[in-house]
Amino acid sequence: MFAACMVAILMTMALALTRAIRGPDVFDVILGVNMFGTKTVLFIAVIGFLTGRPEFLDLALVYALINFIGVIAVLRFTKYGGLGSTPTEEEDAGEKGLAG
Amino acid sequence: MELIADSLSWICLMAGSFFCLVGGLGLVRLPDFYTRVHAGGVTDTLGAGLVILGLTFQAGFSLITVKLLLILGFLWLTSATTAHAAVKAAMARGLKPLLHADRDDRDKSGGPEEESEPSSS
Repeated sequence: MFAACMVAILMTMALALTRAIRGPDVFDVILGVNMFGTKTVLFIAVIGFLTGRPEFLDLALVYALINFIGVIAVLRFTKYGGLGSTPTEEEDAGEKGLAG
Repeated sequence: MELIADSLSWICLMAGSFFCLVGGLGLVRLPDFYTRVHAGGVTDTLGAGLVILGLTFQAGFSLITVKLLLILGFLWLTSATTAHAAVKAAMARGLKPLLHADRDDRDKSGGPEEESEPSSS
């Protein structure tokens, strides 16, 4: 049961990597890498149950946090051209809904 | 009781795997960035949710269940935020959505993006 689920998650990770490598735009690469990270979280959780060691869930939790922070950082970088720069006025108007 | 929990776990895990695979396929096959965000969102919400629900049936009532639900809630929060941020960043960069007219043009001219493998299913 867990092995079949792991095979499906691995295939999904391979498809996400395909999009990340082939992606014509930088946002496609980010989307593929983000999906790869999310599936890594699921994969680690299922591995924990397959091997009978549910302590792996702590690792999955840490992976989820790192993945979120990394993707938001990369998105800010691609949007503004730098991590520390402040947005200009017209960009700031569109930035209100994004808490990152 | 054990049998019921195992059966429910099976069903949820297999359904979650199915939605993960469908989302991955959509990520590769769909024509432009904004549609691919939609495909990725399916795997993050429905796929991850069902897989973790299946694992919860295996764990029973314990600290493991709390951790699983924590992971699930966090994934749901962050995947929506990430998709929103990605689309906003793409719009701010000036990436245009693929409209119906563009799509017809591209189909007639053979397609700029699928040059290598037109039948990759």
